[in-house]
Amino acid sequence: MKTPADLKYSKNDEWIRIEGDEVVLGITDYAQDQLSDIVFVEILALEGDSLAKGEVCVVVESVKAAADVYMPVTGEITAINETLTDTPELINEDPFGNAWLLKIKMADESELDGLMDAETYKNLERDH
Amino acid sequence: MYTPHTQADREAMLKVIGVDKMEDLFQCLPEEGKFPSLALPNGITEMEALDELQYISSVNETPQELISFLGAGAYNHYIPAAVDSILRRSEFYTAYTPYQPEIAQGTLQAIFEYQSLIAALTGMDVANASHYDGATAVAEAVNMAFHNFRGRRRKIVLSPTMNPQYRETIHTYMTGMNLEIVGEDLNPEAGPDELIELIDENTALVLVQYPDFFGRIFDLTKVSEAAHAQKSLFSVHINPIAMGLLKPPSEFDADIVTGEGQPLGIPMSFGGPYLGLFATKKQYVRKMAGRLAGETVDTRGNRGYVLTLNTREQHIRREQATSNICSNQGLIALASTVYLSLLGKSGLQELAKLNYHKAHYAAEKISTVPGFMVNPVQPFFNEFVVHCPVTAKEVNQFLLTNDILGGYDLGQVYPSLSHELLVAVTEMNSSSEIDMMVEVLEEEYHD
Amino acid sequence: MTEKTIFELSRPDRKGIRFPAPDVPLADLPKDFLRENLPLPEVPENEVVRHFTNISQLNHAVDTGFYPLGSCTMKYNPKINEETARLPGFSQIHPLQPVETVQGALGLMHETQQWLAEISGFYTASLQPAAGAHGELTGVLIIRAYHDSRGDTNRIKMLVPDSAHGTNPASSAMSGLEIVELPSDKNGNVDLELLRAECDDTLAGLMITNPNTLGLFDENIIEACQLVHENGGLVYGDGANMNALLGIYKPAEMGIDVLHFNLHKTFSTPHGGGGPGSGPVGVTKELADFLPSPLVVMTSEGDETNPAIYDLITPEKSIGRVKSFHGHFGVIVRAFTYMISLGKNGLLDVSTHAVLNANYIQALVRDVYHIPYERLCMHEFVTEAKWDDAPGIRALDISKRLIDFGFHPPTNYFPLIVPEALMIEPTETETKETLDAFVAAMLQIAEEAKNNPEILHNAPTTAPFGRLDEVKAAKDLVLKTQLPEDYGS
Repeated sequence: MKTPADLKYSKNDEWIRIEGDEVVLGITDYAQDQLSDIVFVEILALEGDSLAKGEVCVVVESVKAAADVYMPVTGEITAINETLTDTPELINEDPFGNAWLLKIKMADESELDGLMDAETYKNLERDH
Repeated sequence: MYTPHTQADREAMLKVIGVDKMEDLFQCLPEEGKFPSLALPNGITEMEALDELQYISSVNETPQELISFLGAGAYNHYIPAAVDSILRRSEFYTAYTPYQPEIAQGTLQAIFEYQSLIAALTGMDVANASHYDGATAVAEAVNMAFHNFRGRRRKIVLSPTMNPQYRETIHTYMTGMNLEIVGEDLNPEAGPDELIELIDENTALVLVQYPDFFGRIFDLTKVSEAAHAQKSLFSVHINPIAMGLLKPPSEFDADIVTGEGQPLGIPMSFGGPYLGLFATKKQYVRKMAGRLAGETVDTRGNRGYVLTLNTREQHIRREQATSNICSNQGLIALASTVYLSLLGKSGLQELAKLNYHKAHYAAEKISTVPGFMVNPVQPFFNEFVVHCPVTAKEVNQFLLTNDILGGYDLGQVYPSLSHELLVAVTEMNSSSEIDMMVEVLEEEYHD
Repeated sequence: MTEKTIFELSRPDRKGIRFPAPDVPLADLPKDFLRENLPLPEVPENEVVRHFTNISQLNHAVDTGFYPLGSCTMKYNPKINEETARLPGFSQIHPLQPVETVQGALGLMHETQQWLAEISGFYTASLQPAAGAHGELTGVLIIRAYHDSRGDTNRIKMLVPDSAHGTNPASSAMSGLEIVELPSDKNGNVDLELLRAECDDTLAGLMITNPNTLGLFDENIIEACQLVHENGGLVYGDGANMNALLGIYKPAEMGIDVLHFNLHKTFSTPHGGGGPGSGPVGVTKELADFLPSPLVVMTSEGDETNPAIYDLITPEKSIGRVKSFHGHFGVIVRAFTYMISLGKNGLLDVSTHAVLNANYIQALVRDVYHIPYERLCMHEFVTEAKWDDAPGIRALDISKRLIDFGFHPPTNYFPLIVPEALMIEPTETETKETLDAFVAAMLQIAEEAKNNPEILHNAPTTAPFGRLDEVKAAKDLVLKTQLPEDYGS
């Protein structure tokens, strides 16, 4: 299971890449593996929308489960990965690369403090 | 009675389990309250049970003994013999939800064909595998619209001529949702355009019935446009038989179509089980509750079907599911599938016209009785409102003494309409039955 | 083998039925509203009958073979019930007929309410709900209405064990309540410590299934109900597992306040390929005024010369109507026929034999299949279908292999708290020979899982279809027959 060292992680199995005052959001290799074949991605926000930390912004569905993706920080959506609409399987193939979900302009950088580094995320206790 | 073990079987099985007697199987239950003596009679044989049920059923009076013009949400239609013949196949009726598609293709293909037929009938992109009945289908339309806007729109515009029982059901379903439901106190005799001024940017859904509860046919273009101008959803509830004659709701750009499927080959059976039709546009398919069958292939390359989009449903989403529904009306949906297959295009057209002509004949004849009146310009399908010289309740009581079920007394629900009787006429009503009701009325209510 | 769809069997101008010509003058049609295109198939009667008969034969059903699908109670559906429900005096009556013309139907419903109340210890029951989940919604709305009627509007928290059916939290959420999940303790019971910690003045109630979905009688049930009551809450009972309790224990005696029955499980009405079910709700006297509208009541008891008289009423503080008309009457007639056929002695036999059969299978497979909770079970039990020396074998593989032996697989992956769960419910109507054959298949499959896993991965091979591609179905989303543009015009 890959866990790139340069990313931040949430306990809900989201990854965050910091690019200046923006962050890029995706779901982790572990998350896609748990979901299995992903068949649908619904992005609930439009470019320009502002969402609060903790709000559901994306729903990822496989044939056996649906996972809500939460905003890791408060901010404005600056980009949406449109290619996932037609090729949701990209999340299985390349979760940390081409299958990013959203780019967000952060309102408050201190919200990043609650996120984990790769080592901590890797050592999380799992039920399964 | 339906437990096959012999005493020897039981003893052998208890020995395997490692207990002495049947009571020991329940050793972990609290002693107090265990094995209560039920104050019920002992069992009876099949012969006795049939006798008992035959007696009870004979106490009821059926349309064979009474001439019936009662509709208001349940209709007396002819059911072709082949429908029940298929329903009695126990490969269908003793199967459960098709969780194992390799050994459930009969049920799955039937659901897929049902979805296809309902989509064709309503003109919509997709239909689900059904809800419990018309009332709950309408309530699920409200539920879907509420979730479509993620709870941000809290107003529902509801036509006063939506079936009153359906309106009550919506109120019950939405108890916990803190919604504002408006429109029901408008003048029921006015048309759907009265709803337009109630639609605003907080409106999640506009609901109308077509033909409406009074049997009337209205152009829904304006109310649909008004709903869409506010980006609200527009939902139309249909009588499926009328779809053999009338433009489908898709031509009014409906976002959701619901219907009571009972007229499609399902016995009246004192109100159930019936069939909730539910169809929508493709873009809302993931917002729709209820089961769905989808086409796919098996490992051998055969075309086959599975239940799909399960992730919307309660067994995966639990409290986040839009609805708690976890069944469909399987066998009843199958009845309507066989029925629509038998009638087909020309049969449904023929039947719809037959209903239309008979209802119009009845309306014209009843209008000739002094004091009785039917609006002569309002288009209607197979049900219409008769204005009576006395209360509809009195007219019904009088007709019943002549073994006629006159119709539905609108005063029960609409206090201002105590003199209005809702009369339904189907292919089951012969012209002589209609003439007989008119004669009886004439004798009583002549000038 | 690919079966054509009914649309593909269509040829223009064929008919499956004819109607009589109009015996009235023709009226003008409403020209502004006429439909132009009606894309329905055109098929003759014999082809329609042959089509549906052919596809019916692709189904496994109770009448074709053993169906040990846990939590679904796939017992035999007696044929007499099909006859009684079709008697014209039941099947042809209109739901809005004056009550004086349907006294037989109302009397039957009243009797059914009484039987259910006596079996479960409740005051009365409403027959309105259309299915188990619908009964849950009804019951939770009753709990809500009860608290509201006392001005206790702060009670918004519903506790739901982690072993519960998904409908439980979904029904509570639909009722506008907040759900708190309660983990089970190490014996599979409600964890009393965790329950106590959640008991406060926001508690609306607890939803509990007993026997629970592990097939175990909850040993903490009485204490759990007391705790909830002491803290002002009410207890909802999911009656999915009533087949273990007829004449054994009354749910009301456990402390449950409101419970739904599944007539299509416990009372033998057929499952119909997924419905129609029927989910009557029983309540204590305290909650009777909140039942949905309408309810059948006896207004005059009758005597030797005069029959009893029945009427429909709306209870005083009713939550309202939950569907149109009076519930799934046709299903209720079947269940009533079943109940009076069995009587109190027969009902007791149902539950004792359902429990006997489940324990018998459990005893014979437990050395090979891990049973997470080592107790006598009730009418069903759950195993973990996995072995360290059979990596790559999942519950699904065992299920598919059982199909090759002519058995319907058990319920897979439920309850969620048991990994690779297989939930087995034989019911009381099966013979010892059937149970023995099923056990032999289970044991053989366990061997194969270790020595010849490919045979499991490739199963089923004897079914009419191989495994179906669920990913393709969800991605491509073909939800209806694809028709040519001009079909039906």
